[in-house]
Amino acid sequence: MTTVVERAVPPVRRARRGSWSWLGLVPFFLFAFLFIVAPVIYLVGGSFQNNAGETTLQNYADLATPTVATAFLTSIEISLVTAIAGGVFGFLLAYAVILGGLPRVLRDALMTFSGVASNFAGVPLALAFIFTVGQLGLLTVWLKTLGIQAYPPNFIYTKTGLELVYLYFQFPLMVLIIAPAIDGLRPEWREAAENMGASSAQYWRSVALPILFPTILGTMILLFGNSFGAQATAYQLTAGTLPIVPVIIGAQISGDVLHNPGLGYAMAMGMVIVMAVAITVYTILQRRAERWRRR
Amino acid sequence: MRARRSSVVWWLVFALGLLYFFLPLYATLDFSLKAKPFLAAYSNAVGDPGFFSSLLYSLTIGVITIVASLVLIVPTAYWVQLRVPRARTAVEFVTLLPFVVPAVVLVFGLIRVYSRAPLPLTHTDLGGSALLVFGYVVLSLPYMYRAVDTGLRSIDIRSLTEAAQSMGAGWPTILLRIILPNVRVALLSGAFLTLAIVLGEFTIASFLARPAFGPYLNLLSQSKAYEPAAVSLISFALTWLAMIAIAVVGRGTRVRVQIGGAR
Repeated sequence: MTTVVERAVPPVRRARRGSWSWLGLVPFFLFAFLFIVAPVIYLVGGSFQNNAGETTLQNYADLATPTVATAFLTSIEISLVTAIAGGVFGFLLAYAVILGGLPRVLRDALMTFSGVASNFAGVPLALAFIFTVGQLGLLTVWLKTLGIQAYPPNFIYTKTGLELVYLYFQFPLMVLIIAPAIDGLRPEWREAAENMGASSAQYWRSVALPILFPTILGTMILLFGNSFGAQATAYQLTAGTLPIVPVIIGAQISGDVLHNPGLGYAMAMGMVIVMAVAITVYTILQRRAERWRRR
Repeated sequence: MRARRSSVVWWLVFALGLLYFFLPLYATLDFSLKAKPFLAAYSNAVGDPGFFSSLLYSLTIGVITIVASLVLIVPTAYWVQLRVPRARTAVEFVTLLPFVVPAVVLVFGLIRVYSRAPLPLTHTDLGGSALLVFGYVVLSLPYMYRAVDTGLRSIDIRSLTEAAQSMGAGWPTILLRIILPNVRVALLSGAFLTLAIVLGEFTIASFLARPAFGPYLNLLSQSKAYEPAAVSLISFALTWLAMIAIAVVGRGTRVRVQIGGAR
């Protein structure tokens, strides 16, 4: 009898407490398991096996071998440099168009550019920079006619060259994320500071920057991860001559360049761990930053 | 006086940004125009059968990815908001995983898992393309979920659902005819961003040996001089078009997704 009565209740309300509702999420979690979790589990498993198929921690110890360690250090260095440089420049640009007294139309233009540039990466981006600062690049040739050699001819294929290219998608990402935060600085805060006799510098040092700091730092960490995970741009640009982690992992997929599949899996895991740390810190900082944005 | 002086500094910052942004594009254009006769790089590039076939392939994969991503995400986000809000944290965590697992690691795992029984997808063309779509759906999860979730939050899905149910609508009708039209802007922004990302993607497509646009440009750059410059500019124009589309459909709303991440 009770079942009949229950059926008369609208389903929206009836099922709210029922654990059957979770079934609606099965497709999503199944997909995530099949195409994110399972591949990662496979790599984790492989990272704990040696060539003979025995369980070992040796692959993680081998991450300290010079080639692999150098790759990680180079990757981390590139990501740090481009995160900081991209973060600072992106912040200055966003500040310029929002609070720097530039016409409103420039702000809209910058936001659109940033959307395009932050998504314009990989093969065409690498090519565009080869055409600019490569050996026959436009800027290289211009400077040469002026008698200036500002950088070595193969500069674009070096670490610094790669950093210059990565900045193309790094600073626009900073602009996109920091602009709403700068917008969120309430005029009352500035007025209050000025009423108490604070100078512009004092206002920035004591009010605005402390409020923006979690967002700035968080976004820089996001930029770090953004650059650390990028593979296509570096591959196209250096054709594997600059050994950074994503490029070595790529070479490992095509044909065991490390002569040890387990080490390749451990490198992939190392990459996941670095990314996980970056994203976790970013999420925490972002949550802190949101405190100031609730109106 | 002080304000004017600082404004000059900000103009300089903006000019520097402008220069850095446009110089590579101008250099690419300049290089592509060096081919003789005029515009030969473009006519050769477009005339190459590989150009259209790879572009068409990537567009097709992009459209399928968008549909698959929406089929997966819209019901999930809807269900989380309506019925199982407790699952929100878990679902959001999963949608952030693609940031933690970079594309090169993802494709590494996908190839190892799906090149053997029980699901040897990489052994056939269709299977490889399916795997590519699944990989791209994974890449789209973070911003697609965010876009759809923001869209759903801005409407009262509970009242809409109850109103539809009281008039006898079933779940498919509710999702397709009530919820979807109401989150149209969010979906379109997410769709255009996905298209921009899929068209330029190289890593996953190249390791799965798919005839996509990214790998095509990479191959072209190894054999030709001017044509890659032309194709790079075309690729840039396509990204630009997608972003303009996002700006146009998102006019007057707060839904703006434009961050797909680097490659």
